[in-house]
Amino acid sequence: MCNTCGCNLTPGNQRLAFKPVAKGATAVSVLKGLLAKNDDQAAHNREHFDRRGILAINLMSSPGSGKTALLEATLTALKNEFTCAVIEGDLETENDAERIRALGVTAHQIVTGTACHLDAHLVHDALHHMNLDGVDILFIENVGNLVCPASFDLGQHLNVTLLSVTEGDDKPAKYPVMFRAADAMLLTKTDLLAVLDDFDPDQAEAHLRNLANPAPVLRLSARKNLGMDAWLAWLREQLAAQRARVAIGQSRRPAIQSDGQTFHSASA
Amino acid sequence: MHELAVAQALVEQVEAVIVQHAAMQASLIRVHIGPLAGVVPELLATAFPLAAAGSRAEHAELEFSHAPITVRCQTCGAETEAAMNRLLCGACGDWHTQIVSGDELLLESVELETVPT
Repeated sequence: MCNTCGCNLTPGNQRLAFKPVAKGATAVSVLKGLLAKNDDQAAHNREHFDRRGILAINLMSSPGSGKTALLEATLTALKNEFTCAVIEGDLETENDAERIRALGVTAHQIVTGTACHLDAHLVHDALHHMNLDGVDILFIENVGNLVCPASFDLGQHLNVTLLSVTEGDDKPAKYPVMFRAADAMLLTKTDLLAVLDDFDPDQAEAHLRNLANPAPVLRLSARKNLGMDAWLAWLREQLAAQRARVAIGQSRRPAIQSDGQTFHSASA
Repeated sequence: MHELAVAQALVEQVEAVIVQHAAMQASLIRVHIGPLAGVVPELLATAFPLAAAGSRAEHAELEFSHAPITVRCQTCGAETEAAMNRLLCGACGDWHTQIVSGDELLLESVELETVPT
């Protein structure tokens, strides 16, 4: 989206692009994304990742759905294959970063205080505290929250949204902004399905499709090592895709499209 | 409450427009928020005075507009309105759709006072 070629005009807002000038005042048409500053910083972060050939993944979910447990299992499984690094976002404590460091993996904890989400500036500051030499995959574990993190681009290439089976299978319908942004949805803690009679994985997937989201749905349990192979295979595939993009000077933004991009692809 | 962060970004952008046009202050700010943007207009309106305090947007009125959610079907090509958590084609019911409008988060326009009042 830009302010030069008119690509930020969509059928929804084009009537607003031209304003009559009122007496004694000037009406200025801006039509700029409200979060333009964050988006600029995110683009800068993404360039930084691309230059180093790093795949950056933003993990989002409600608190307690198993983001850190998933990371522990993933980092252990990929230990001899790739070099990974982790940025942890929490309101307080270094606990999660310490869990990751215990595995011998570089981790930086962002303590947000009272802020309910990470933004591109917080991630940029964190990057300055990290040694990213030789890193293949950077995981950014966002603040546990199904609302706010969805609105802020961090510079990641992919959004992975977790939904644990101890939550409702209608979460995608309740939090459409979040689940629409997912490039992959992971149903976690599936070992508990046997004792839960009110979570239907097929229903959860159907709710995701209702958001017009074609993202793969992977079912796994990090603690019991169930379904991890499909997740690891997906990660390998995405890293290969990222390397192929970097080789030809391209990048990728998460699934969610800004209105300008939608307009471009629709008119192309 | 990420609306406060959005309000702060909004005030920064309005300040930039004021500087760019060598104006005194902003009198009206029009913001366009689609239902799928993840920002609640009412909460943004509550957060705005906090973010704008002491700035040249302080006395500006905040006005919201929004377009309904519209999707274009990739299967049958129809363009229909949709609900926030049901982005299906209204004609054929397929979920392979693209958002045409409804996810905007835009600073649309600003009315500036160019002479001292």
